[in-house]
Amino acid sequence: VSEAVALIALAATLAAAVARPRLAPDWAVAAGAALLLVALGVLSADDARDAAGDLGPTIGFLAALLVLADGCREAGLFAALGAAMATGARGDPIRLLALVFVIGAGTTAVLSLDATVVLLTPVVFATASRLRMPARPHVYACSHLANSASLLLPVSNLTNLLAFHAVGVSFLRFTALMALPWLVALAVEWVVLRRAFAPQLRPGAEPRSEDEVQAAVPVPRFALGVIAATLAGFALSSLAGIEPVWVAVAGAAALALHERRPPRALLRAVEPPFLVFVLGLAVVVRAAGDHGLQSAVEALVPHGEGLLALIGVAAVSAVVANLVNNLPATLILLPVVAGGAAGAGPALAMLVGVNAGPNLTYVGSLATLLWRRVLHAHGTDADLGEFVRLGLLTVPAILVASTAALWLALQVV
Amino acid sequence: MRVVVWIRERGWEACVDAAAALALDPAAVTLLAVPEADLEEVAAGGRAGLLGRHPRPPRGPSWDAVADEAAQGVLAAARDRLGGAAGTEVRHGRPERAVVEACAGADLLVLARDGEARLGPKSLGKHTRFVVDHAPCPVLLVWDGPPPPVDTLPPPPR
Repeated sequence: VSEAVALIALAATLAAAVARPRLAPDWAVAAGAALLLVALGVLSADDARDAAGDLGPTIGFLAALLVLADGCREAGLFAALGAAMATGARGDPIRLLALVFVIGAGTTAVLSLDATVVLLTPVVFATASRLRMPARPHVYACSHLANSASLLLPVSNLTNLLAFHAVGVSFLRFTALMALPWLVALAVEWVVLRRAFAPQLRPGAEPRSEDEVQAAVPVPRFALGVIAATLAGFALSSLAGIEPVWVAVAGAAALALHERRPPRALLRAVEPPFLVFVLGLAVVVRAAGDHGLQSAVEALVPHGEGLLALIGVAAVSAVVANLVNNLPATLILLPVVAGGAAGAGPALAMLVGVNAGPNLTYVGSLATLLWRRVLHAHGTDADLGEFVRLGLLTVPAILVASTAALWLALQVV
Repeated sequence: MRVVVWIRERGWEACVDAAAALALDPAAVTLLAVPEADLEEVAAGGRAGLLGRHPRPPRGPSWDAVADEAAQGVLAAARDRLGGAAGTEVRHGRPERAVVEACAGADLLVLARDGEARLGPKSLGKHTRFVVDHAPCPVLLVWDGPPPPVDTLPPPPR
């Protein structure tokens, strides 16, 4: 009975996160499900506290990063990036795509995929539109890179933060191991998007000149300085024996003070309901894991640190991420892949799967996909065929090539 | 005589020049733009990794407003190129259907190929293909730039 209750609680939490019913917000469902599981004795209070407490530092880390990205937006960083792209493109759509790749990959890696999705993508769309270029290739690049370029740093994705915490490698070692897989993922995306959108990327007959397009935008030097200092701090933290979360907190605080952000704005940037949701979800996943889910996953995931085993881990992770979304997938898979004697390899291969995988089915999970179809039955839908085709061209290639690059890095680093 | 010219980011110059070459009364020409409204939905695909997070969109114009402004900009440039007297229109909805609907009662539709730059069916993107297949009027289909030479014609099937 406990097994069924735990799985139903997990299903209800995921359903609430996807469907977002007005009467039962996802955070309330997650918290309620977690409390119910403890009240029913499916999970002991100690285990629940353990699961939630384990997540505490990671949640704090994420909150600091969200505040940092919010400060960058307030300082005008993304407007300045838009202006830089418009100027640097010199009327050539391919040059603009290259700039979107550099800036999109950098934003995702440093400020996490949230910043790319929420803050950078609208700027890229506006920039391409002002330049009178078809914006489709550039919007697709942003949308894909938010996921596939989130491999590099522990801070690039919440999934990375979770694995980083569980595996216990240093910030520098994580980055050194993931640098090559990240570059390989970018290369695959470039080749595929460049080819798929070749007609839209032809230069126009009469490109607009720069001054027609974009008034000068001041460069937010302080924000850029804070980002550079934060990155340097991350790199040095492991040498100095400081937890990197404190570096992120310091960077976020410096920018928030400089921009004079009111406490309410900071609170909004942190999204407290989301933090509740993650804690509740972690407890629910722990309960489901203890009651059969973990052993089921254990049987599914290949073991070992050989090339084929790692590719297997990445593939299974991508499938699970597409079935239940990447955050639950990470929580489910992490105890299995981070526990063994194989070192960091399997956990990092899992990240390749859960981070790049969501590009496969449009919005990252079949459930979200189906629900969106229901909601938008009569609206202007995106062309699902185009999205899935680009996903099929990029995701399997990235899973194999980036995991192979990871295997190589594990031999060398 | 009523002529509709489908104006897009790529190939609008060629369309306008083709319309001008017909030496029509500019007042009989309607320059039509239909912003692609699905890109915001494409961008939402990137939210795959944000389960449980519902960040507010940043301040600024909506995607539709940005797309409309860009469409107005291209239409204004096209009108200048044609000589200033043509009418302009921005329609909304699925572009391929909006264009076909705009051709009701028209005597000619001018549009450009938007696919690969070689002879063959792939020289038409799927929206262009739809419009050519469904247009309720004569169609003038131009190349964006110099047409590929005829010796690029693929060999006949055996």
